[in-house]
Amino acid sequence: MDAIILQILNGLDKGSAYALIALGLTLIFGTLGVVNFAHGALFMLGAFCAVTLSRLLNTSYTVIDESRTDFLGNPMKVDMPYVMDWFGPEAGAAIIDWSVPLSIVFAIPVMIAIGVIMERGLIKHFYKRPHADQILVTFGLAIVLQEVIKFYFGANPIPTPAPAAFAGSFDFGVLIGFDAGSIIYPYWRLVYFAFAMVVVAAVFAFLQFTTFGMVVRAGMADRETVGLLGINIDKRFTIMFGIAAAVAGVAGVMYTPIISPNYHMGMDFLVLSFVVVVVGGMGSLPGAVAAGFLLGILESLASMGWVIDLIPGINQIIIYLVAIVILLTRPRGLLGRKGVMED
Amino acid sequence: MLGLNSKDFRLLLIVLGLTMLAPFILNPFPESSELAQFNAGYPDLMQRFVIFGIFAIGFNILFGLTGYLSFGHAAFLGVGSYAAIWMMKLLTMNVIPAIIMAIVFAGLFALLVGWISLRRSGIYFSILTLAFAQMSYALAYSVLTPITGGETGLQAKTFDPRILDGNAGELGRANLFGLEMSSSYELNLGAWEFTFNTGYYVAAVVLLIGFYMSIRIFRSPFGMMLRAVKSNQQRMNYTGLNTRPYTLAAFVISGMYAGLAGGLMVAMDTQVGPERMFWTASGEVVLMTILGGAGTLIGPVLGAGLIKYMENIISKINESILHQWFAFMPDGLEDLLISLIYPFIGKGWHLTLGLVFMLVVIFLPGGLVQGGQKVAGLFRRKKAEKSATATKPAE
Amino acid sequence: MSKSNFTRRGMLKTGAATGAGLAMPTIFTGAVWSDGHTGFTNAPQGDTVTLGFNVPQSGPYADEGADQLRAYELAVEHLNGGGDGGMMSTFSSKALDGTGILGKKVEYVTGDTQTKSDAARGSARSMIEKDGAIMITGGSSSGVAVAVQALCQEAGVIFMAGLTHANDTTGKDKKANGFRHFFNSYMSGAALAPVLGKQYGMDRKAYHLTADYNWGYTTEQAVRESTEAMGWETVNSVLTPLTQTDFSSYIAPVLNSGADVLVLNHYGGNMVNSLTNAVQFGLREASANGKNFEIVVPLYSELMARGAGANIKGIFGSQNWDWKLENQLGARYTGTNAFVQSFGTKYGFPPSQAAHTGYVQAMLYADAVSRAGSFNPCAVAEALEDFEFDGLGNGPTLYRGADHQCFKDVVVVKGAENPENEFDLVEIVEVTPAEQVTYAPDHPQFAGGSLGECNPGA
Repeated sequence: MDAIILQILNGLDKGSAYALIALGLTLIFGTLGVVNFAHGALFMLGAFCAVTLSRLLNTSYTVIDESRTDFLGNPMKVDMPYVMDWFGPEAGAAIIDWSVPLSIVFAIPVMIAIGVIMERGLIKHFYKRPHADQILVTFGLAIVLQEVIKFYFGANPIPTPAPAAFAGSFDFGVLIGFDAGSIIYPYWRLVYFAFAMVVVAAVFAFLQFTTFGMVVRAGMADRETVGLLGINIDKRFTIMFGIAAAVAGVAGVMYTPIISPNYHMGMDFLVLSFVVVVVGGMGSLPGAVAAGFLLGILESLASMGWVIDLIPGINQIIIYLVAIVILLTRPRGLLGRKGVMED
Repeated sequence: MLGLNSKDFRLLLIVLGLTMLAPFILNPFPESSELAQFNAGYPDLMQRFVIFGIFAIGFNILFGLTGYLSFGHAAFLGVGSYAAIWMMKLLTMNVIPAIIMAIVFAGLFALLVGWISLRRSGIYFSILTLAFAQMSYALAYSVLTPITGGETGLQAKTFDPRILDGNAGELGRANLFGLEMSSSYELNLGAWEFTFNTGYYVAAVVLLIGFYMSIRIFRSPFGMMLRAVKSNQQRMNYTGLNTRPYTLAAFVISGMYAGLAGGLMVAMDTQVGPERMFWTASGEVVLMTILGGAGTLIGPVLGAGLIKYMENIISKINESILHQWFAFMPDGLEDLLISLIYPFIGKGWHLTLGLVFMLVVIFLPGGLVQGGQKVAGLFRRKKAEKSATATKPAE
Repeated sequence: MSKSNFTRRGMLKTGAATGAGLAMPTIFTGAVWSDGHTGFTNAPQGDTVTLGFNVPQSGPYADEGADQLRAYELAVEHLNGGGDGGMMSTFSSKALDGTGILGKKVEYVTGDTQTKSDAARGSARSMIEKDGAIMITGGSSSGVAVAVQALCQEAGVIFMAGLTHANDTTGKDKKANGFRHFFNSYMSGAALAPVLGKQYGMDRKAYHLTADYNWGYTTEQAVRESTEAMGWETVNSVLTPLTQTDFSSYIAPVLNSGADVLVLNHYGGNMVNSLTNAVQFGLREASANGKNFEIVVPLYSELMARGAGANIKGIFGSQNWDWKLENQLGARYTGTNAFVQSFGTKYGFPPSQAAHTGYVQAMLYADAVSRAGSFNPCAVAEALEDFEFDGLGNGPTLYRGADHQCFKDVVVVKGAENPENEFDLVEIVEVTPAEQVTYAPDHPQFAGGSLGECNPGA
């Protein structure tokens, strides 16, 4: 039992990442109707916002320490971060330690800007083009973005740890009445889950309870009619694109302590995020979130030892198998709307 | 001629000319010149052009005609490859049984996948095909290792049974009734050198047959039916016509082309690995087709050629080659120029690829074929001004 | 730079001019039938010889490939008499004199394996067919090594494997034209087991997480057999998909499994992520069966250690070589400092083991050609087989003829607890002498293959 609860926790955690990426993708893909193969790259850019901020905070001047030597036998150069000078060593170290959460503040405006520029500069011209053209142009963009990141940051994963306060794990089991030591879970993964919930709630509230959101929802349902009413729907869609990019971006920022970011992490998530969106149903935000958590949990459960012993290789294919079963039993995924991307 | 109208026949002749003369066309630069780096007329790359051309032609029969975007076509290529290498291991190194079984197995697998996936349309269809391909990849990499060789894949071994071959027990080479795929003739003409490779010509002949059949399919009533499915499937259904058998037939044919390409890959280079079925491989053929011009006859072949050219030629240019090229310049200018170009070559070849994708789709919405038509159009207009006789551009 | 003929084809020009218009039959675009038929693929003509450096330049191992390429470029510089000569001065064989190989200037071509067998073979074929490369070397995974090795066997050129650790490369997939300097899974297991026994005790219960592909299988088998032989018990072993990034669902059950050691048979990104996850789940602080819980990573690399950051501290693993060897363990590992010096001076940081094995492979090839007096792959193979040498950083080494595997000391390392500088990622714990990691050529873990006949090509 405790093993299953542990895997459900893992599933919720994985599902959080899937849901956040799928949420942003659905805003672009399920509603604007743009097949955005660059969405994974936006997730990756978000993660590298965290890396960049941590590099910025670590911007240093060099001091030569005569007492030590480097690997070639020359006097060692020691880096002194400026923040340590400005805020004092302790506060400076704390700021560096908290660079990942701080990156959210940094990433949101950056990612919105990237999203808006992308939409105005490129995607706008492709709304009326065939999906095939959208695939080609966004795939090209994704490659360009990740190669630029590779050029500056290299191909190796870059460790970006969580703040020391959240680094370890704690006994989750005792909280829900299990024996001590039976369910040990890392703090940061719970933080990630909570964070995902907040972001999902915020996006839903924004669309549900603001006039802006109402217009956007109306525009998703019937773009032409809204346009005929004299509402500038294009401008709102641009903003939605920015928001989608920001959602992907912050999902990436918070993910960095879980998986050290590298330049191709976007491609790793790309295919999966399309599967999640489609299983959730085209054009449905709740569907995307539900599918994200569902696939996350099933993937975790399928990787349990006895399941693998029962069906060898099930952990490799579970997501795709579930996708096939769902799409065959429910023609438009979990909560899909009729007629969206069906031709 | 051959059941084709004159325009299509001319196109076939052009393709015939291009493939047969490829060793000349692809090696335009003298061997000793610095530009020889851009020569593509060596057997491996010529074979790749043709094989991926076949793959893309087949994909285009499905996507170009019916509009169904399969995101799992690499699985059929992989299945074909595995079938082919097993034929070579068990029966004979002669490529004929290998290629035939590659087509058969890929066709059967396509029938299964198509029969299930075609219950849905649009993006739902794409994800279903993607799911099948990803499952094939994951299983071939891990659980199916006894059949697929796992990560290291399968190669011809000296101890393969090869029951039809006389020389079982020694390392066989892929051949066509004794004519080895790897054998080549080299022709030296002055400073130029041209390589005529048996394997390439075998593949090229197969490409010509495949291309001819694709023209016939495009022009047949069956092709018309598929186009009708693309333009409005609902209307077709309302007229009481069941479109599924037609789309399924297109799917299986296109899967067989993929299997053929897979079989040829094994025939040219006796090795199979599972990453041939990864989603990026499926995505690559989609990109090839769109890049060249989906729905046109020759476009997919051009797209395949461009992507493979960049993968094999641009990635091999390294910094020291740049230094050789620009050695005649003053040092400062040389360094500046090299630092500007360096990110786009060698390990940066992906960047160039991404930029080409974007530029082509932004400026040539119909792919490379449209680019060709534009150029031909310009040419024609000039010519028309002079002599008032117009030539028709190739499609 | 002077304008030079870059390819074999370029050198052909003189010969070709006389027989212009003549069609000549060759196999695999191989032999040169004009002046000086020498009877093997890509026999060097003129005053240069071309080597092919086939390394991953895109994909997850791109940085490792880049480091390998640096080492190869350094080796070419030294072979041609440039720089400070690096390990040429410490190498026990003195056949190389800095005038290229057999008096021919060394040129090279590069390619991108993308860590995919198809792409790697394509790249290697273009080197052989287009550029006239006489030897292919490099790579960062066993799948690629096996694929390219088989290709080189067919084409009739020598393959000097780069970073490939699976037993298969010199086991069931060994080839007469292929040679491996890097160590292998068996050696990792044999070297690690005694050290682990000493550190953690003989009655440990191990839990294996294994990457679900050939290298993972052979590594798990090797570590299991070695540790079980000294009394460890294997509680469980779980295969993880290669494409996995989040290992939480595999790590989470470990703590309650009754095991007290976790063995991560992962490499590259897999290893960085699984180790990061394991530390997140508190395995380092946990205790089981009354002992401290421990994590072991059989194959280490500097780049992985960098990617894993602080999580790597105190984790045991094995390496083929480390740049601190000679400083810490003395003159037995001579050559190390010479190499680090010339590499560090040129590039500003110490070389990785991937770079080292690449450099050594290039040197060994050049030396074998010089001793054989011929570029013929069969002559080179004969010169390499059962060749004993020293001074290339690993101590006395044997290139065994029976399977073309190098036998030398294996370095057992652990993640540095207090890194002195950013390059100081691992500490050397101990060196397991070559005798302890040597096995019979027909050892069960290596069974099922044969070298076959050396193939000189056309």
